[in-house]
Amino acid sequence: MRGRREAGVPAPLLVPALLAVAFLVLPLLGLLVRAPWSELWPQLSSPAVGQALRLSLVSATAATLVSVVLGVPLAWVLARSRIRGRSVLRALVTVPLVLPPVVGGVALFLVLGRQGLVGAWLDEAFGLTIPFTTTAVVIAETFVAMPFLVISVEGALRAADARFEDAAATLGADRWTTFRRVTLPLVAPGVAAGAVLCWARALGEFGATITFAGNFPGTTQTMPLAVYLALQRDPQAAVVLSLVLLAVSLATLLLLRDRWLSRAGAAA
Amino acid sequence: MGGRWAAGLVAVALGVAGCGGDDGAAAPGGATSSAPDDGPSGTLTVFAAASLTDVFTDLGGRLEGQHPGLDVQFNFAGSSALATQVVQGAPADVFASAAEPQMATVTDAGLAAGEPAVVAANVLQIAVPAGNPAGVTGLADFAREELALAVCAPEVPCGAASEEVFAAAGVAAVPDTQEEDVRAALTKVELGEVDAALVYTTDVASAGDAVEGLDFPESAEAVNAYPIATLTGAPNPDAAAAFVELVLSEEGRAALSGAGFRVP
Repeated sequence: MRGRREAGVPAPLLVPALLAVAFLVLPLLGLLVRAPWSELWPQLSSPAVGQALRLSLVSATAATLVSVVLGVPLAWVLARSRIRGRSVLRALVTVPLVLPPVVGGVALFLVLGRQGLVGAWLDEAFGLTIPFTTTAVVIAETFVAMPFLVISVEGALRAADARFEDAAATLGADRWTTFRRVTLPLVAPGVAAGAVLCWARALGEFGATITFAGNFPGTTQTMPLAVYLALQRDPQAAVVLSLVLLAVSLATLLLLRDRWLSRAGAAA
Repeated sequence: MGGRWAAGLVAVALGVAGCGGDDGAAAPGGATSSAPDDGPSGTLTVFAAASLTDVFTDLGGRLEGQHPGLDVQFNFAGSSALATQVVQGAPADVFASAAEPQMATVTDAGLAAGEPAVVAANVLQIAVPAGNPAGVTGLADFAREELALAVCAPEVPCGAASEEVFAAAGVAAVPDTQEEDVRAALTKVELGEVDAALVYTTDVASAGDAVEGLDFPESAEAVNAYPIATLTGAPNPDAAAAFVELVLSEEGRAALSGAGFRVP
């Protein structure tokens, strides 16, 4: 066994793996090669880009927080509870994964829009309108990204050893205490990985956001929207904006992986 | 699997080659039929802006009805893409653009036969949900903070036109959203999520009963002209001339104005 492992990656795995790397990395290289580097600094220092980038980071982070607060309990229900119709429930809550995001945006309108099922009531009772606000951006991103977190955490819960929870129950802990003191620390790496995935998806969200939240600089224009509109007028600027978004997301993911994921992994 | 893919590709390649061949074969037939009684025949290829799809498909069908030997083929797409295709040597007989700069690309390359004629114009209109619940009356309402308002983003043509009319009217617009294209702005009106949006008259006409259009005088400041021209490299010049003639005729003008276009 040992000798085999040291001999390296077997060819039937190595070749497709290399192809996968080329397939995923070459488009990024294309961006780098074609980037108008001289335009990089003027673009970076423009207030419009800073505004879009800040809005993207804030809304993606908010969407991730909402997803963790609501999604972790949902994952627990899916993995641990014995309620009926669980598999139907699981299929339903993962619908946003397969739904084209633009359709998701229209669906959000039909529920939370001014004329929507809930939105009309919010408008009448509290004078609250959600579309075209930063709140709408966070809602659209949460809708699209939360299933990524739920799936990850549910997987982690299923893989976790339920005997620890049984032991806690035997020692007199109620289910809430068991969840807080035993289950949650046990699946922390899964929650962290799911949150990172969720954040990355929210950061790149385009379709549901531009449909439900619209596009207005400073309020709802996130980086992906700015990139798309720049593409209409100035493709070079669009490449630069894409690079900015790419650099920020890569840096964040690498930092998190080093600081958080590996430590959480070691703790488990 | 691989075999089927290859077969599919060959079929597509043959299909494309076949189209080209038809065009070539049609040219002599079209050229010889000079007498008006014979009329144009063969295949006519029209490249036209996407916003002309409904009107031109209708007019093409009428021309086919008048000339049983004629087959009218359309390529509807964005004007810039079409102009590029024409300049790159696509075998088109007629080019109709949604704006003058794209036609200029073709005329500058010496590919238009004669001076392009303006067939129609599109102007902006205020689109409001049916019944106009917010009581919008004119461009000045786009400065009302309490309304939900959509315009096109300044990066896209309808947004640039919107900026021109706001400047002409001296209105400091406060839109809630700058939409990525004119259809997206229209959709928000159809859903009742905005009180008003600035779109083209043809968009309002295509939206049916869910949307009402309000004219405003400043729309004259941003008129989008649609030029049409037959092309020097036309494989079927007779049919091309007949089509342009039909579009410019009383019948063609009626069809265009029915679709919301202004006709000169």
